[in-house]
Amino acid sequence: MIRDFDSGDVVYLLLAARWTVALVVSATLCGGVLGFVVAIARVVPVAPVRWLAIGYINLIQGTPLLGQLFALFFALPLIGITVDAWSAALVCMSIYASAFLGEIWRSGLQSVHQRQWEAGASLGLTYRQQLGHVVIPQALRISVAPTVGFLVQLVKDTSLAALIGFVELTRASQIISSATFSPLTVYTTAAAIYFVICFSLSQLSQVLEGRLHVTR
Amino acid sequence: MSLVEIDNIHKRFGPVEVLKGVSLKVEKGEIVAVIGRSGSGKSTLLRCINGLERVQDGRIIVDGIEVTAPNADLNLLRQRAGMVFQSYNLFPHLTVERNVMLALKLVRKLESSDARRIAHEMVGKVGLAEKFLAYPDELSGGQQQRVAIARSLAMQPALMLFDEITSALDPELVGEVLRVLESVAREGMTMMLVTHEMNFAKNVAHRVIFMHEGRIHEDGPAREILAEPRTAELRSFLSAVLH
Ligand SMILES: Nc1ncnc2c1ncn2[C@@H]1O[C@H](COP(=O)(O)OP(=O)(O)OP(=O)(O)O)[C@@H](O)[C@H]1O
Ligand SMILES: [Mg+2]
Repeated sequence: MIRDFDSGDVVYLLLAARWTVALVVSATLCGGVLGFVVAIARVVPVAPVRWLAIGYINLIQGTPLLGQLFALFFALPLIGITVDAWSAALVCMSIYASAFLGEIWRSGLQSVHQRQWEAGASLGLTYRQQLGHVVIPQALRISVAPTVGFLVQLVKDTSLAALIGFVELTRASQIISSATFSPLTVYTTAAAIYFVICFSLSQLSQVLEGRLHVTR
Repeated sequence: MSLVEIDNIHKRFGPVEVLKGVSLKVEKGEIVAVIGRSGSGKSTLLRCINGLERVQDGRIIVDGIEVTAPNADLNLLRQRAGMVFQSYNLFPHLTVERNVMLALKLVRKLESSDARRIAHEMVGKVGLAEKFLAYPDELSGGQQQRVAIARSLAMQPALMLFDEITSALDPELVGEVLRVLESVAREGMTMMLVTHEMNFAKNVAHRVIFMHEGRIHEDGPAREILAEPRTAELRSFLSAVLH
C-alpha cells in the first residue's frame, strides 16, 4: 500500500538518525581509545611493538569497511558465533576508526619537533611526562582538523551498516522510500540530516582549534 | 672531586667516531667555553654530559652521578645539569609561566603556588616579568632564549650546558641573551657553553676548550688561549671566525 510522505516520516528519519549518531559516537569513543594505543605503539622505541601496530593498520586500512562488516556479520555465524547488527556495526566501525585515528595521531605525535622531547628530558621529565605533558598536548592541537575530517567521513560510512539490516538513517530512508514511493523527497531529507550532523562537526572543529591555540 | 669528570670517552654514530677519547675536568664555579669548527663534536660532548647521547667507551661523572653507568638515574642527572639549545627550547602550547612551572611541579614536586612564585622570580631575573602570561610565539627569539635559561635555572642545577644559544638569533638580539648569561656567570654558576662569540668567551669564560676532529686540541685560560694559540689549527680557526 502506497501512502504519502508526511511529517511522521520526518520524525521517523530523525529517530533513525539518532542511531547513526549513536554509532558514530560509540565507534569514536571505542575506536579513539584503541586508536590512542595504536598511535603510541607506532612511536614507542620498541621495534616489535611498532611492527605489530603497522601490521594492524595496514590490514584494516587495506580492506574495505563493507568487507569487514560482512565478515563479522555473515561469516562469524558460520563458526557458531552470532552477532546482532548493532554489535557487528559497532565493533567494525570501532576497529576501522582505530586504524585511521591511530595514524592521524601518530603523524601528529611525530610532527612535534624532536627537540621538544629533549627539552623535556633536559628538565628531568621522565619519558611518560615528556609524552603526556609536552608531546601529546601539541600533537592533539595539530590533529584536531584531520581527526574531525575523518569523523565526518565516518558519519557517512555508517550508512554501510544499512546493508546488514541495522536501522540507521539510510536503512530508515530505504524503508520509508518503498512505503511512500517518493525516493527523491525521502533521500533529500536524509541527505539534509547527514549534512546537519557533518556541518556541526566541522563547526566544532573550528571552535576547538580556536580554543587549543592550534596555530602555536 | 671535580663537578664534571670525563675520562677518555668515545662516541660513535654508526661507523663514524665523533668523540675520539675526550678527557676533561670542570671545577665548581668554572666557566668553560667550547669552541671549534662545525662537526668537531662540541654538541655531542655536551649531549653526552647530560645523557642525551650514550658513549661507547669511557666514563662521565657529573656532581657525583655516574652518567655512563648502565643504570644511571638520568632524570636526577638532568636536574643537576640543565641544558639550553639553539632553538625549540620552549613548549609552544604553554605560557611563559607554565613553561617554567612544569618541571618544578612534575620533577621537583612543588605545589603550584610555590612553583609560580619561583617562576615569577626567575622570569623577573631575566627581565621578562611583563611577559609572564605570554605564549612563546608572542616573544622574540632572544626573549624565548632568556625564558629557556630562566626555566633551567629554576631547577637549581649544579651545572648549566649551553649549546650555541645565540646562533639562531638575529644579530641585534644576541646582546640581551649574552647579558643574561653574564649575570648567571656572576652568580657563580658552573657553565659549559658552546659558542662562536669569541669576545664573550674571552671576557666571561675562565677557560677555553678548542675541539678539533673529535678531540680536545687546546685547553687553557681563556685570554691566553685566544691571544696566543699554540697550534696551527686553532690559529686558522680563530682567523676564520674573527674575520
Ligand atoms: N644523531 C647523529 N647521528 C649521526 N651522526 C651525528 C649525529 N649527531 C651528530 N652527528 C655527527 O657527529 C659529528 C659531530 O657533530 P656535532 O653536532 O657534535 O658537531 P658540532 O661541533 O656541534 O658542530 P656545529 O658547530 O655544526 O654544531 C658531525 O659529523 C655530525 O654529522
Ligand atoms: Mg653543535
